[in-house]
Amino acid sequence: MNPAYRRYHPKWHRAGMPIFWWLRSLPYARFIARELTSMLVAYAAVLLLVQVRALDAGPESYARFTAWLGSTPVVVWHLAVLAGLLFHTLTWLHLAPRAMVVRLGGRRVPDAMVLLGQYAAWAGASALVAWVLLA
Amino acid sequence: MTDTVTVEVRRYRPEQEAEPTWQSYQVPYRREWMVLDALNYIKDQVDGTLSFRWSCRMGVCGSCGMMVNGTPALTCATYLETLLPGPVRVEPLRGFPVIRDLVGDLTDFLGKLRRVSPWLVRETERPPAEGEYLQTPEQLAEYKRYSMCINCLLCYAACPIYELEPEFLGPAVIALAQRYNLDSRDEGREARMDELSQHDGIWACTFVGECSTVCPKDVDPAGAIQRYKLDAAVSWVAGLVLPRSGK
Repeated sequence: MNPAYRRYHPKWHRAGMPIFWWLRSLPYARFIARELTSMLVAYAAVLLLVQVRALDAGPESYARFTAWLGSTPVVVWHLAVLAGLLFHTLTWLHLAPRAMVVRLGGRRVPDAMVLLGQYAAWAGASALVAWVLLA
Repeated sequence: MTDTVTVEVRRYRPEQEAEPTWQSYQVPYRREWMVLDALNYIKDQVDGTLSFRWSCRMGVCGSCGMMVNGTPALTCATYLETLLPGPVRVEPLRGFPVIRDLVGDLTDFLGKLRRVSPWLVRETERPPAEGEYLQTPEQLAEYKRYSMCINCLLCYAACPIYELEPEFLGPAVIALAQRYNLDSRDEGREARMDELSQHDGIWACTFVGECSTVCPKDVDPAGAIQRYKLDAAVSWVAGLVLPRSGK
C-alpha cells in the first residue's frame, strides 16, 4: 500500500478469506476435488507396493492380502477410490496441453494431439502394470 | 419487458463505516446498457458519492474491472441484459484492499510488475543505423497472445491463491514476464527467472485455472505459468544431467 495515499485514507478495508471459499463456484470446488483426489493417487501407489510386498512374503501372505482385497467394505472403498482416481487423472490429463508446447517439424502440435498422446501414455503404462500383475 | 433493474452496490466509506455495506439502487433498464452505464447513471442521477474507476468504455483500458454477481468482469463489457431479472450485485475486485466503494488499491500489483522487467531487455543495444529488430510471423505468434494483457486484474480477483497468499506474484505479472521471455528480441529471461523461481513466483500457483477463464483478452495466464514451470523443471533436470549446459 502506498503510504502517500494512506495519509488521506487511513482505513483501507481488506476482506478476509472465508474457509469455505472453494464453495463460491463450481470451478473452485472442482479444483479442490482435483487436489484432494491426488491423495488417492498416493494411496493407490502405496497399495501397489503393499501388494508386491505381500507377494514377496510368500503364498500365505498373498492369500491373506487378496482375501482382504475381496472383503465387501474394501471393495466398496476401492470403487470409491477408483472413481476419485479417474476424476483426478482425467482432469489432470486435460490440463496438460496448457503446460506443454510440443513442436514437430517446426510446427506446434495441436492441444488435442498432445491430449491424445497423454491418453496413449496412460493406456501404455496401465497395460504394463496389468502385464506385471497378471502375467 | 422490465422497466428497471435493481443494482446492489458494495459501499465502503471509511469516514463513516468500519465495514462495507450493501446499497440498493433502482436503475432504468436499457437493452444496450452495460453494467458500467448503470453505475454511471447512479453516479449522475441518484448518488454522486459512489466511487468507481472507469475510462475507455470499450474493453481496452482495463480500469472498470469489478465483481459482478460474484464473478470478475469488465463492467463496460457486461450487458445488463445478461443479468436479468437481477438484482445485479457489484463489488470491488476481490483480493485487493478497498480504498473506497468499488475502488481497490493496486499498488501491490504495480510493484510486482516492475520486479519482472516487463520490457525488452537487451544486453547491448544495436545502433539505430543498423535498423529494426526484425521478427518472423512465427516469432510474433510465440508471444502475441500474452501481449494482449490490459492489466485489468480480473485474473487476480479470480485467483484464490492471490487472496490466500497476497505475496504471490500473480497471473498477469507472470504472463507478462512470459510475453517478454518468448520475444525473440529479448535477452532478459534469466534475470526474470531469478524473480519468478522464488517461493512467491510460479511455484505458488496451483493451477486453479480461473484466471484464464475470466480473462477478457484470452491471454491464458494459467497456461503461461504452467509452461514456465515446465521450462524451469526441464532446465533444472538438464543442469543435473549435463552440468556444463546449465544456464
